This record gives sequence, C-alpha cells and structure tokens, in this order.
Amino acid sequence: MKAKQLFFDTMKYIALLIGTFVVFFPLYSVFVGAFKTRQEFYIDRLSLPSTWNFENFSIAWEKGDLALGLGNTLFILIVSIVGNVLIGSMSAYALGRFEFKGRNLIIGSYLVAAVIPLITTQVVTYSVIKALGLYNTYGAPIALYLGADVIQLTIYLQFIRNIPYELDEAAMMEGASLFKIFRSVIFPLLGPATATVVILKFITIYNDFYVPYLYMPDRGLRTVATAIQSFVGPNAARMEVISAYILLIFIPTIVMFLFMQRYIFSGVTSGAVKS
Amino acid sequence: MNLSYKTQRIIIITSFLALPLVLLLLFTYYPSVMLVYYSFTDWDGFGFDVNFVGLKNYREIFSNPEYFQILRNNLYYFIGGLVQTALALFFAVILNSKLKGRNVFRVILFLPYILHQVAIAIMFQTVYHTSYGSLNKLLEVLGLEAWKQQWLGNPAINDWALAFVSLWMYMGYNMVIFIGALQSISDDLYEAARIDGANAWQSFWHITMPSIKNVVELMLILTLSGALQAFTVPYIMTLGANDTSTFLMKTLDVAFKFNQFGLASALAVVLLLMVAVVVLIQRLILREGGTRV
Repeated sequence: MKAKQLFFDTMKYIALLIGTFVVFFPLYSVFVGAFKTRQEFYIDRLSLPSTWNFENFSIAWEKGDLALGLGNTLFILIVSIVGNVLIGSMSAYALGRFEFKGRNLIIGSYLVAAVIPLITTQVVTYSVIKALGLYNTYGAPIALYLGADVIQLTIYLQFIRNIPYELDEAAMMEGASLFKIFRSVIFPLLGPATATVVILKFITIYNDFYVPYLYMPDRGLRTVATAIQSFVGPNAARMEVISAYILLIFIPTIVMFLFMQRYIFSGVTSGAVKS
Repeated sequence: MNLSYKTQRIIIITSFLALPLVLLLLFTYYPSVMLVYYSFTDWDGFGFDVNFVGLKNYREIFSNPEYFQILRNNLYYFIGGLVQTALALFFAVILNSKLKGRNVFRVILFLPYILHQVAIAIMFQTVYHTSYGSLNKLLEVLGLEAWKQQWLGNPAINDWALAFVSLWMYMGYNMVIFIGALQSISDDLYEAARIDGANAWQSFWHITMPSIKNVVELMLILTLSGALQAFTVPYIMTLGANDTSTFLMKTLDVAFKFNQFGLASALAVVLLLMVAVVVLIQRLILREGGTRV
C-alpha cells in the first residue's frame, strides 16, 4: 500500500513538472531573450545572456508607445469597471427587489443578450459607434464595455436574491429612503459580487483586442493590446526588443496576481459558476 | 420632503434601469436586429444605398464551399479545447489530492490565464519562428532535429500550433473552475466508497464525475462557442496566412476589407445562430439536470 502510494505520488509530480515546463518554457525563452544583445539573441535563444543588459527594455519603452498604452488602458479600465459595478448593482437592485410590470421581460432580455456573441454584431455596431460620434474616442470602448457584455447583471442578480428582504424592511421601519437602503444596506452586502465583477471585467477589458483595434485606430488612443500589436508589425525582425516589450507587459500582472491570488481564484470561480 | 415608498419605488425603478436599458438596446439588440436586416441587403457599409437582395447572401454562403472550409479551421480550436478540458480535469484531480506544494503548482498552471493575450500570441510567434524560434532550438538541443518544423508556415500543422496557444492560455482557467467544483464534493462520500472497497478509478467515475457533470458540460460549451469565435490568436499570429483564417476573421475581412457588409452580416448571422444554438442546448441540458450551475 505504501509503495503504491509512493508510485502514484511520483507520477503526479512528474505530470505537474511536465505542465510546469510547458508553462515556463515560452516565458523562459522571452525572459532570457529580453536581456540579450541583438547578435547574441539570434545565435542562441535558450542560453542565459552573457551580460544582463537593459537596453532592449529602454528601446521598447521609448519606441513602443507602452506608457501611452498603459495610461489609456488604465483610464478605460477604471471608468468601465466603476460603470459596470454601478450599472450592475443598481439594475440588480431594481430588478431583484421590486415586482413591476415588464420586470420579467427585462430580465429575459438580459438573459437572451448573454447568448448573443458580441463579436458577431460588430459589423453593425461599427456604424452605431460612428453615428454616435464615438469613433476614435474613449467613448467607444467605454460604451461597449458598459452596454454590451451583461455578465455583471447576472452575477449581481444571483447574489441579491440571497440577501434577506427583512434587512430592507428593517431599514424601512426606521424610515430610510430606498436610495439610502441601496447605498448603505444592499450595496455593501453585495461586496463579494462586486469583487467578482471587478476581477472578471478587469481580465476581459485588459485583454480585449478587437474593440480598441476596430474603434480607436488613432495612435494617441492605443491601448496595451494595440500598442504591442502595432509595434511588432514594422519591428518583427527585432525579436530581442519584442521580448523585452512582452516582459514589460507581463511583469505587472504577474506581481499583481501573486499578491491577489486568493481574490482572483475566487472571483474567477464564482464568475464562471454564476454566469 | 419625504416621498412615499410608492413614489420612491417608481423613481428608483426608472432611474436605476434607464441607462442600462438604453445601453442594452443600443449595443446589443439594435445591432442584432440590424444585422439580420442587412444580411438581406447589398449594403457596402457606408452610404445610404441599401438594396434588398433577398436570400442572395445566404445562397452565396451555402453554395460557396470556401466559407465552410474555413469553418474547418475552427475545428482545430474545438479539438484543442477538448484536450484542454481533459487536461484541466486531470490536473484539477491531482491538485485536489493531498499533495505537498499543490498551491504552488496551482498558481503556476493558472499563470498563463492572467497574462496579456495579445502579448502571449506575440510571444508564441517568437517561440514558433522557423529559424530563430526557441521551440526548434529546444528540439535541436534534445537531439530531435528531425522534428523541427515551420510551425506557422506549414499548413499541415499551423492550425494545431495556433490551437495550442489557445490551450496554453485557457487550460489553467478551466482547471481552477474544476478545482472549485471538486472541493464542493463532500469527503464523506469518498470515505464511504473506500469502506465499500472502491478503488481510486471507481470513486472517480462514480462519485467525482456525476458531481461535476454540470461543470464539465459548461466547460465543453464554453470551448465550443469559444472555438466558433476564435479570432485574436490567429489574427495576431498569422493574419490568416497559410490557410489559418477562422470564420470570424473571414467575416470581418468581408466587411472591413471588401466592404461587403451585406454578405458579412449574413456570415455573422450564421455564426451567431451556431453559437446561440450551442448555448441554448447547454441551458436546456442544465435545466433538465435539475441543478443550475
């Protein structure tokens, strides 16, 4: 029995180490590549750099619009996430707490919307964005991130159902206004749902390529996704600089992930199960 | 001034729902309805010159084998997705057992999911590069020179290479969801099975699988609808060269490159229906199973 257990555990570790290797191999090769001189890079991709030079990083930073991309992405992220939290929690409060005519129709229309893959409707959304004068402005991604993906509503709606209505009633006994009940009783209790929404939206918006690509071709409006994509085109032969660029994008997320893993794991899990 | 709760209710309902509903109509329903409308026209995307052409666009799609051959490229992402789901379940089961260092491995295997997807695609361009890529270099070091490939150039394997990038990105995500589902299974069940003399495989098949059936289904559906919508990875990595175009890339090309918005709308409607059918099937299966995920 002992020997059998040992055998199984060894097999498990071998499988995990193979998985680890597959995850780390591409990361390792861009990591060492980013510190190499151009010549060294093209001689051997896998060796450690003979000297650790940071020149590639400064070229990538200066020529790659990365500061611009990070700034734009951060701005769009903050506005869209705050908006999503407000829109999601407020509509979930209105829909989850009150019975009124058309309520089921609205909930139903959100559920149907969740089935429509947004990227397929871009052909027409494009003309809507243009007609609204949002083309080549921050307004385009923000409007789409707020209006198109409706996952925040489903998450909040599921969550608000589990908050006992007696809490609302108790507050009403004390004469609190409904807005105050939303703000000081319900919204704070929606905290875990808010955390889930923030994490899911952060991941989708941060990674999104086609919205900024289609709607903000202007150079000044580049996000991280479009900045690196347009840097690579004309500089495809400078793989050592590209490697440094990739690392500059990866490192902040890795650091953030290591600090916030608990929240990220639970946000991702409950997001998938609730939607 | 104190308003009655009845008045407050009306104010809250209207003010809290007005903006979200406007956004929903403007960016989800209006485009969907217009998409169907344009799919019956020859609109070029710019002018007001919109002529009704009946089923012409759909006839074009269903009579020209080109479009469905492209759909075959999406199949690679689906097969990759199946492998990804199986691997995710495999690692989830391993990491759900009492194993030293399991948290470290969970973090490592999940890591790709939080990295920037466009940067990942570009990273794999440098990994797959024929002359200077790290993958061919690794094969050389391992003495497997015969295995060296033009990973993105050879049409026989490039779709697999692209599908692998997608697997690399999403495997950890599926794994973490599976771990969450596994943790909700009570230990008592396994204990009881062990007392009854069940071996590891039997308890996996008779306890674990039924308990996480819904999550497995959910993952398979996400895989299928994700495969139908595959876009970013092939777009960044090959721009569709060497026969790697996916259905969605073709649709956006027809619209924005060739200005055939009518035809592109019809393609998008076909894609939308395929995805919607897949998702609806999942909803129905879940409802039938009684427990909602």
